Amino acid sequence: MNYSKEVLKHFSKPHNYGKIDNYDGLGRVGNMACGDEMFVYIKVKDNIIKDIKFETFGCVAAIATSSVLTDLAKKKTIEDALKITRQDVVDALETLPPIKIHCSVLAIDALSEAVYNYYTKNKLPISKELEEKHNQIIKRESCHL
Amino acid sequence: MIYFDYAATTPVDKRVIKSMIPFLNEKFGNPSSMHSFSSDTKKALEKSRSIIAKAIKANPEEIVFTSSATESNNMALKGIAFAKKSGHILVSSIEHDCVLNAAKWLGKNGFEVEFLPVDKYGIVDPKEVEKRIKKNTILVSVMHVNNEVGTIQPIEAIGKICKKNNIYFHSDAAQSFSKTPINITNIDLLTISSQKIYGPKGAAALFIKDGVKIEPLLHGGGQERGLRSSTENVPAIVGFAKATEIAISTMDKEQERLTKLRDKIIEKLTKEVPNCYLNGHKTKRISNNINVRFSHIEGEAILFMLNSYGIAVSTASACSSPKLEPSHVLSAMGLKQEEAHGSIRISLGRMTKESEVNYLLKVLPEVVKKLRDISPHK
Repeated sequence: MNYSKEVLKHFSKPHNYGKIDNYDGLGRVGNMACGDEMFVYIKVKDNIIKDIKFETFGCVAAIATSSVLTDLAKKKTIEDALKITRQDVVDALETLPPIKIHCSVLAIDALSEAVYNYYTKNKLPISKELEEKHNQIIKRESCHL
Repeated sequence: MIYFDYAATTPVDKRVIKSMIPFLNEKFGNPSSMHSFSSDTKKALEKSRSIIAKAIKANPEEIVFTSSATESNNMALKGIAFAKKSGHILVSSIEHDCVLNAAKWLGKNGFEVEFLPVDKYGIVDPKEVEKRIKKNTILVSVMHVNNEVGTIQPIEAIGKICKKNNIYFHSDAAQSFSKTPINITNIDLLTISSQKIYGPKGAAALFIKDGVKIEPLLHGGGQERGLRSSTENVPAIVGFAKATEIAISTMDKEQERLTKLRDKIIEKLTKEVPNCYLNGHKTKRISNNINVRFSHIEGEAILFMLNSYGIAVSTASACSSPKLEPSHVLSAMGLKQEEAHGSIRISLGRMTKESEVNYLLKVLPEVVKKLRDISPHK
């Protein structure tokens, strides 16, 4: 597999990995059988993602995309964090092998699920868009999007 | 960098390189020419054939040189199929892709192809072969040693069954040739390769027992008794023969040395790393293969992290494959996808030193721990 320097940098020294014990939101996507599973934990204050951590089972790309996603989302308002695209994640890593693009999608989904979980727990209004995305994610059956 | 991927390919032995150089320089003649330039190459070609034949106790006329184990395996399967014109072919489900895909291609082109199951260790039960033999079975192909998990197949017993039923038996011995003895008594076709035994790439052979009727895949000037047209790759073939001589003369000692190192690695990893398991059989296993799996982490990640510590291994994890599919070998052995994901292969060779093994045993548990720290499952 031909990975960029930036991917390998994030993989060998991932940023923000681990658990947040008293998290405000947790997003869990993927599964072990598929070969990649991501947990994203967020801590929210005044609508800002104050802290974000991840735990990932998966390949080099899965770990690197998780790491870079947490960098991109940290200190952003929830609305801005939800605007992060697959392309933003890929660009921050210079490039990703085409076969590994699904890892960047998984990372974004994990963040969106963490926000969904935070909104649900706090009985906050959920936009139609986020609700639809949540339904899509939980219904997904195929491994590689 | 420390190399633990000898099952993928090997570096060329210096003595082998030395033996090849004259045939890249002054002894360049085409063995089929009539003039003096060809006499040295013709002689070298036939001498190489004798050396390789002797290594498996065959006759020189039973050795056909090819360019790769892939070509030899394709020749065995398609050559027999084309000679027989129709029929049923039995192939193990853990063969190398070149056998599997050649068989699948024959399946799409009028032949009846069936895949033999393996047990949880990746071993074909000869009884399963016997059970599946039909009136129109023309060929059985079961590899001698599996390339991923190193299991040694009961090819003598399978060969006997084939002989009794008057069916050709082919075995791919790319991973075993010159590493463990091969008894060809009941084998009709055997694939062997140079690049796995410290010889150059571009040379391999197919043993075809006297009397076996086979069609060539390459038509042309009629080299190799008309079975494989092409100007012979004399430098590579000379190197292949030299590599064979060296490997056969040191086989017993080398096997003993590598078995000790292999068992040390297996013992230490499976005992000291939590949730680490051996894939394949503990003793019915080639001396240089270790294949282990670690729960809750993924093989490609293990491979890259080891690489950053200067250690080269391989993995057949789905995430590392071009189609994101799990290893067909581990799946055939009944491993669940999540188990197959965390598997790596460590293969030893002639240059492997005990100090390298010790470094691996120090680094690998650290890498596993680091990746488990990142994983949501511990």
